[in-house]
Amino acid sequence: MFQHVMNLISLWALPFIIISILTVALVKKIPLYESFTEGAKDGFKVSINIIPYLVAIMVGISMFRASGAIEILSHLMNGFLTHFHIPVDVLPLMIVRSLSGSAALGVFSDIAHTAGANSYATKLAAVMVGSSETTFYVLAVYFGAVGISKLRYSMLVGILADLVGIVAAVIVCSHMFL
Amino acid sequence: MNYIFYFLIVFSIIIGALTGHLQDVVNSILTGAETSVKVAFSLIGIMAFWLGIMKIAEQSGIVEFISKLIKPITKILFNEIPEDSKALGDVAMSFSANALGLTNAATPIGIRAMEEFQKENKDKTTASNAMCMFLGMNTAGFQLIPATVIAVLIGIGYKNPTEIIAPTLLVTTIAFLSAIVMAKVFQKIWKPQHTETPEDKENN
Repeated sequence: MFQHVMNLISLWALPFIIISILTVALVKKIPLYESFTEGAKDGFKVSINIIPYLVAIMVGISMFRASGAIEILSHLMNGFLTHFHIPVDVLPLMIVRSLSGSAALGVFSDIAHTAGANSYATKLAAVMVGSSETTFYVLAVYFGAVGISKLRYSMLVGILADLVGIVAAVIVCSHMFL
Repeated sequence: MNYIFYFLIVFSIIIGALTGHLQDVVNSILTGAETSVKVAFSLIGIMAFWLGIMKIAEQSGIVEFISKLIKPITKILFNEIPEDSKALGDVAMSFSANALGLTNAATPIGIRAMEEFQKENKDKTTASNAMCMFLGMNTAGFQLIPATVIAVLIGIGYKNPTEIIAPTLLVTTIAFLSAIVMAKVFQKIWKPQHTETPEDKENN
């Protein structure tokens, strides 16, 4: 039942928003078509503006992932992990989830398939992926769109918030699922 | 940012050389560059669509209505932004879209908010306090229902995938609130005016 309601909400959220906006605008006699195309014009410009920032960040991250640094880090933190009942498979996910959304989802599917449906690793990984946003991608896209290159403390806030999320996920999951 | 960029690239090459992955690292330059252009191009259509819809929402007064609705909160979070700024309505709509898991809509609307923040920003290359706050909140990724994760869990035959919703919501809320607090604390420490001091250079 609960799942059914959730599915309905996910399915209808987008259509509902679009219908509401268009209907209110029509009632207020806004020239829908003209307004739409006027706004949409910026889509191209904004997307192209992002490219240099995205290239800088994504090349750096893809080099970092290819270097094997994540595996070395996993290896070094092994003892630390067992102390907090964190399955070893989950560690790469902790690092990757801030760097790349598609890679995080890939690592998560991998954990889910190898560790199995009812393992603690799958549950912890699910909570970690579900509760995070790809920090570096968000920073590149949002700041890139307006041409900001001096990020001040925003990256530090993003990384620290990710760390808080990891710690919170470990604590919450160990109470609920262990 | 200069140090992070240097670190990512030089550190990766050194580690790659040590672990025998140097060829992979070199190849990843091309794949990384390719992916970023693919991402940007795949954004064009959906970006245009949502910016179009948002223009309609703005002209019909919906954005203004929502920004008035959340004024008590935005007054505290974005105290440097004038109360009548369009940015605040965009911020609210972007977070609603994010919370519902509509990332496709949230990004273009969030970028609109950034453009409005940029209008209030004195130094056009340096992030303002409002921008840092908005991005901090965004990177924490507040979401009500982790739809993609649930889909994967259903795919592997997980019996009760919705049981992860509550812990996920709790964790994402903690991260979200911590980002807000940290952004508020840091904005007092790193003022944008003193870009010449060595500490500030480190953070840039």
